[in-house]
Amino acid sequence: MSAASTAAPKGTPLRAETLAPRPQRRALRRFMRHRLALFGLASLVFLVIACAVGPLLVPYGALTIDLRHRFQPPFAGPHLLGSDQLGRDLLVRLLLAGRISLTVGFAAMGISTAVGLVVGMLAGFYGGVVGAALMRFVDAVLCFPSIFLLLTLAALVSPDVLTITLIVALTAWMEVARVVEGQVRSLRQRDFAVAVEAIGASDSYLMLNELLPNIAAPVVVAATLNVARAILLESYVSYLGYGIQPPTPSWGNMLNNAQEYLTSAPWLALLPGAVITLAVTGFNFAGDGLRDALDPRLESNR
Amino acid sequence: MIRFVVRRLAQSLLLLVLVSMIGFALVHLAPGGPLAQFALTPGMSQAALNQIAHQMGLDQPLPLQYVGWAGHLIRGDWGHSYRDQQPVLSIIASHLGATLELMLSSTVLSVLVGTWVGVLGAIRRYSWADYTATIGAMIGLSIPTFWFGLVVIYLFAVRLAWLPAGNIGSPGAPASLLDSVRHLILPCLVLTLVTVANWSRYMRASMLEVINQDFMRTARAKGLAARTVLIHHALRNALLPMITVAGLQVPTLLGGALVTETVFTWPGMGRLFLDSIGYRDYPMVMGLLLFSAILVLLGNLLADLLYVVADPRISLR
Repeated sequence: MSAASTAAPKGTPLRAETLAPRPQRRALRRFMRHRLALFGLASLVFLVIACAVGPLLVPYGALTIDLRHRFQPPFAGPHLLGSDQLGRDLLVRLLLAGRISLTVGFAAMGISTAVGLVVGMLAGFYGGVVGAALMRFVDAVLCFPSIFLLLTLAALVSPDVLTITLIVALTAWMEVARVVEGQVRSLRQRDFAVAVEAIGASDSYLMLNELLPNIAAPVVVAATLNVARAILLESYVSYLGYGIQPPTPSWGNMLNNAQEYLTSAPWLALLPGAVITLAVTGFNFAGDGLRDALDPRLESNR
Repeated sequence: MIRFVVRRLAQSLLLLVLVSMIGFALVHLAPGGPLAQFALTPGMSQAALNQIAHQMGLDQPLPLQYVGWAGHLIRGDWGHSYRDQQPVLSIIASHLGATLELMLSSTVLSVLVGTWVGVLGAIRRYSWADYTATIGAMIGLSIPTFWFGLVVIYLFAVRLAWLPAGNIGSPGAPASLLDSVRHLILPCLVLTLVTVANWSRYMRASMLEVINQDFMRTARAKGLAARTVLIHHALRNALLPMITVAGLQVPTLLGGALVTETVFTWPGMGRLFLDSIGYRDYPMVMGLLLFSAILVLLGNLLADLLYVVADPRISLR
């Protein structure tokens, strides 16, 4: 309760706009939401282009060792963003790691969205025992904290880009399945679906041509947020040493032994994390903006 | 009421069975399966391995094996660690305290801060403070926990040298409350980041829902002070659905604790899990995986039951 009493402005009545926002407030809101989504999108475009083109413009490779410039701080020598314990260029490593991390993020999103779509569609469409069984399985997988599940799976496979992508996808498809199942279950009862069924369309026609376009919006939103999640999960498992293995750089494994140099070369720890945060924030803002743009019904609650 | 509780318990039990089946499948997916620890013993012949497999019941059909395995679980026999042959459950028990200390302290902190931020965001909706909080929450959800840990260590332990960079207490020094608290502050702060962002967002949404309801207008029309309305009418009602949110936070909290414990060398369950993975100590890994899933299940069940007790409007079918 003490937390709330500080929140209550003493003496001032509850403001009127908590009930109905004034026009200026509404304009500010639209502007801000728009701006955040744009910021998200812009930072993603920037990151993707930088990771694609950037390494060609830097005169070093990810593994180029330069022992004369070990532990060079950023902006203080030939290496723009500094160098690590072997004198490897941090900027080029960040960009090449970005290629790996973004690829894992997008690929894992694709796989997890596809799996979630299939499971959710089947469960929502057929319902009954099959649907219940599928959804209880989803519930059961959701009981495992994703990092625990991810590390266990990572311990069972030999870690490379492909297997890490697969296991990240395996721990991230459940939300999509839930969203799709709920949507499909309610859409099936709607007149247009019943009508299409009545004229003798096959189940697969109904699912792919009628229901799928109608659930595209929430799936696109979930997929966008899933990229953010996949990048985070990859960075966790790589940081902990069970993900992408050095010398292949990924944003996560660049932080892997940065902790021991925290006193002498803090940029090795600070920069990769800042880039991960930028990428994940970008996807989260973009996903949030997409949700607003694609689903006007949600507007009233926000 | 009793029917609801029974039904909810039955659902949880079913989920528990499913969870254990997934755990069982993973045990058998592990390289070498349950036989792995014997296969590595020098001088072990294939015949001897077959005999052990027979004694362990590994030549039986999988459903039968599952029943046997689950029977051991129920009786508290979760197997023995490869590393020191101690029973899995007792090793978990000895690491549980440190994790709970971390999780509970950060939950208290994030509930206090998150409630305050959420309420502020709701009553001053679309103000700059609200936007700052919303954007902050979004960034909080996007920061990798381990990196935030590194940043916090760099700032408060390396640069400012105010607080220790890790461990649960100073080695060699006699245990004291002050020492424990000093070691707890940074990891607690890091773990709080994970949950406070979520809590404030849900709190804001819940508060907004309540604020726009009729009884709020009635209370204000009666001429009650804004603070009274806010605390006695709005906050009390807005906190109810947060019971469910708290229950749903358990997996996030456990995952966050794992990462936080690793960064701060905190001797809890998460660190034990990571060490066990490093040693390929499969019984320990599976035990901890199952244990964490059971904690999540319990969290959800408890939240649901508490919600019914706390909110008399819930209709019990």
